[in-house]
Amino acid sequence: MEVTKITDATRVFKIGQLETRALRGVNLSVQSGEFTALVGPSGSGKTTLLQLIGLLDQPTSGSVFINGKNATRLNRNQRADLRRGSIGFIFQFFALIPTLTAYENVEMPLLLNGVNAAERKARVSEVLESVGLADRAHHRPDQLSGGQQQRVAVARALSIRPTFVLADEPTANLDTENGKQVMDIMKRLNQETGVTFVFATHDPRVIGYAERVVTLEDGVIVKDTK
Amino acid sequence: MTQLFKMAFRDLRRNKRRTILSALAVSFGVALLLLMASVVEGEMRGAIENTIQLQSGHIQARPLNYDENKTSLKWEDLIADPQTVAEKISAMPQVSAATPRLFASGILSLGKDSHSARVIGIDPNSPASQIFKNGLLSGDFLTADDREGILVGKPLAEKFNLRAGDKANLLVNTADGGVDEQLFTVRGIYTTNTSGYDENTIFMPLAKAQTFTGAENHASIIFIALKDREQAEAASAALQSTTLQFVTWRKMNELIVSTEDFANAYMSVLYLIVLGITATVVTNTLVMAVFERTREIGILTAIGMKSRSVMAQFLAEGALIATFGIFIGLALGVGLVAYFNQYGFFIGNMGVTGILMEDYIYAYLTLEDAVNLTVIAYVVTLIAALYPALLAARMEPVEALRG
Repeated sequence: MEVTKITDATRVFKIGQLETRALRGVNLSVQSGEFTALVGPSGSGKTTLLQLIGLLDQPTSGSVFINGKNATRLNRNQRADLRRGSIGFIFQFFALIPTLTAYENVEMPLLLNGVNAAERKARVSEVLESVGLADRAHHRPDQLSGGQQQRVAVARALSIRPTFVLADEPTANLDTENGKQVMDIMKRLNQETGVTFVFATHDPRVIGYAERVVTLEDGVIVKDTK
Repeated sequence: MTQLFKMAFRDLRRNKRRTILSALAVSFGVALLLLMASVVEGEMRGAIENTIQLQSGHIQARPLNYDENKTSLKWEDLIADPQTVAEKISAMPQVSAATPRLFASGILSLGKDSHSARVIGIDPNSPASQIFKNGLLSGDFLTADDREGILVGKPLAEKFNLRAGDKANLLVNTADGGVDEQLFTVRGIYTTNTSGYDENTIFMPLAKAQTFTGAENHASIIFIALKDREQAEAASAALQSTTLQFVTWRKMNELIVSTEDFANAYMSVLYLIVLGITATVVTNTLVMAVFERTREIGILTAIGMKSRSVMAQFLAEGALIATFGIFIGLALGVGLVAYFNQYGFFIGNMGVTGILMEDYIYAYLTLEDAVNLTVIAYVVTLIAALYPALLAARMEPVEALRG
């Protein structure tokens, strides 16, 4: 089943008189259960493509489909609704809310989705357990290592049981050991729960985890290997 | 909702000093305005009560051709057989006291020094005269049959270095257009804590004033005190006479009433200025917080938080600052009001014609002022939080995530 599809997508950024073409007509289809890497040098358009798939941004032209529905011209709140219910995010920086504990960070998307208290408790415990941080549940981000923080971010992305998870360079700020740990967890969860992962990276060790590798150069997909 | 305020509380704790300073700005604003409102309220209440008790009464019965700018003692300008008129008025259920008073212009002299003053003939036994008896500092109060005694106010006594029992010469205008003088004994020295009044008012028994001035069985006015001052218009309407006019305290003290309106307008401007300043501080604090937390706003919107929830987050922070600030401000303000309610502000003789203000202003806090100020300060602080909240809510997730 196709969870997301991008057709003829372009994205042009204008800064003053200067136009930057980040994507130049990209077509991509991601099937349920895939573990896909978007690779390419800096400035190739990986992050922009992830942002379009994640409905954080809108294409200048072309279309974005989520679960078969055209999501290209949804308004701000409609896109927020779709993200909240279907898409998990893991960012390059450890994107946690510093004033909330690990537990509360993971609980946040569930609160936004209106999940009841008992269900929230069960799900948060389950995902924190699955990333090996059950004993760090009540620690604040500044009391966790970088690797632990990124694992909390993985748990948060999975707490809503998303259709797919988008990860932008998830290991870029981690050392080798922690990077490996995070990728092992993502891979295991992909295999155990069948959740789709699409991640951007240029780290060869991370690319090795991928079942499908989509290579971008200058805003165009130049290679797509499975 | 709990989560919203929990997050808002924790966010505010991140920069405790900034939060405390913002809340204190609200506190000082609220405390200052509470004190100012109480002082104005106290001043107005004091001035009205004082003027009513000392000068106007709740209603005055006056001859039809009465002119308060002249102190005419011609019989045609006075009320004949005033005691009978006063007794009739006293019979009304709303009236607590009705007593004739006779006004004359006088000059008190001792040696080379002289001082012009208003001489008022009063019934020493009337409850309306109790206020002067209560203010007796030395000597004795007047008696109705005293033929030689006068009461002198403290500032006048000090000017002439007079003590109870001393003698001084008093000259007055008379009913026939001439003058008369007599050596009087200072029976007592009084104060009403209203320097301007005390310095310029000399009391003597009504009967003596009537014979001394040649007014005989006449009085300038009937001073009427009511049980409830709000009954003045109704009581005045009930008092119909072909020879007298009945003037209410509101009519007689139009200057004070209009001064009160002015004071209220002045307070509104003051509210605007002070709360405007505190609002600026709160806005500034929250705008800084928005910029510091841009990336967090990006994260929250990325995981699906709607604009209105982002907005609610910052409004909740504004609401918490308002709650802490107003709570402390009210405590501080009530403390200040309690102090100045007890000890007052010394203003001395302001010399405002037509308004008898005591030498001290005593702050007086009304529940209405406290509630109004609380609500206004709360609303203003929330309005101050609106701009930063909108700023945060309008951030695009992609832009915000870049930090």
